[in-house]
Amino acid sequence: MKAAKKPATPQSATWPLDIYKVFKQVGIRQIAYVPDAGHTQLIKSCHADKTMRAVSLTTEEEGVAMMAGAWLGGDRGALLMQSSGVGNCINMFGTIRECRFPLLTLVTMRGEWGEFNPWQLPMGQSTPAALQNAGLVVQRVDDKALVGETVFAAANMAFQTNRAVAVLIGQRVVGFKDWSK
Amino acid sequence: MANQKSNLDRRVAVKSILTNRGDALVVTGLGSSSYDVGTMDHPNTYYLWGGMGGAAMIGLGLAIAQPKRRVLVITGDGEMLMGLGSLATIGAEKIRNLSIIVLDNELYSETGMQPTHTSRGVNLAGIASAAGFAATDTVTSLPALKTWIPKLYNTPGPLFLDVKVNANRYPLSIRLRDGAHIKNRFRESLLGAKAFD
Repeated sequence: MKAAKKPATPQSATWPLDIYKVFKQVGIRQIAYVPDAGHTQLIKSCHADKTMRAVSLTTEEEGVAMMAGAWLGGDRGALLMQSSGVGNCINMFGTIRECRFPLLTLVTMRGEWGEFNPWQLPMGQSTPAALQNAGLVVQRVDDKALVGETVFAAANMAFQTNRAVAVLIGQRVVGFKDWSK
Repeated sequence: MANQKSNLDRRVAVKSILTNRGDALVVTGLGSSSYDVGTMDHPNTYYLWGGMGGAAMIGLGLAIAQPKRRVLVITGDGEMLMGLGSLATIGAEKIRNLSIIVLDNELYSETGMQPTHTSRGVNLAGIASAAGFAATDTVTSLPALKTWIPKLYNTPGPLFLDVKVNANRYPLSIRLRDGAHIKNRFRESLLGAKAFD
């Protein structure tokens, strides 16, 4: 079996660090995640930070519920997932909307720019509409240099207005596997 | 068939558990559990009317945020079965101030009394134990429940107690159902003015 090449984005990318700095700036204390390759560095940074509790989930909707609990207890949190995970969350988003919980979720996109795996396309292409239908404000970033400020703006909106905000981090930022060779 | 192994009434169970709740924080799972706990309403209770499968994870986020307070999740067997993965997550996190209590009538009582998997041998306490909970048990009587109640508040967790109850149903007792109000009331009670910073 032919191994896939590593993502086009090198692991030394600075945008994950930019997100981590924003987390510090806005006082994020709880991180919930289902791993995605695009979030690797950020997850490592959060686990290494003694002021944060990073929790690995079995499925993404657990994280939606956990973020609600965090807010009930006075903590700000952030939920990290891949676009495939958005579909798992839809009913739990209803609780967020009904109770007007703030929610900050960072979604690394699959199934778009340069995708090689056809199975990623159905959920990836449905992700923005699915989030909007579930009542989330959707903000998208395709430029690595703008990731930090986009997450900062989204965090402010979420926590100041008690709304759910999703930042879609485009596959162009995350990089894609080249299976053509 | 309804659970034949227990004569314990769910409301008697809930009253026993919550009578001396102190400063504990409570999260309820949707359906009968919310109505039961609603008979002993308290601002430190967050009621779910939806989000099936989410009660335990709301408890985890709350327990992390409030490490000095005990958090009790009181939910039903159907709700817990929908969130089985959360038992793995909570077991892995080894959170010390969280207790999960399942009022297990082995039925989906809100939707027509269909049997749940616990009526067919699925052992929730066994699953929690295998997931790494600090202590787990299944109780089928009031005396057995009563020996557990102090532990639910004091023993380092995560704890899991499956309380087998009979099939008694009650009229919907709780009128409080606006989600934003339930959330804001809870936060104001817990955090004071900071709730609206």
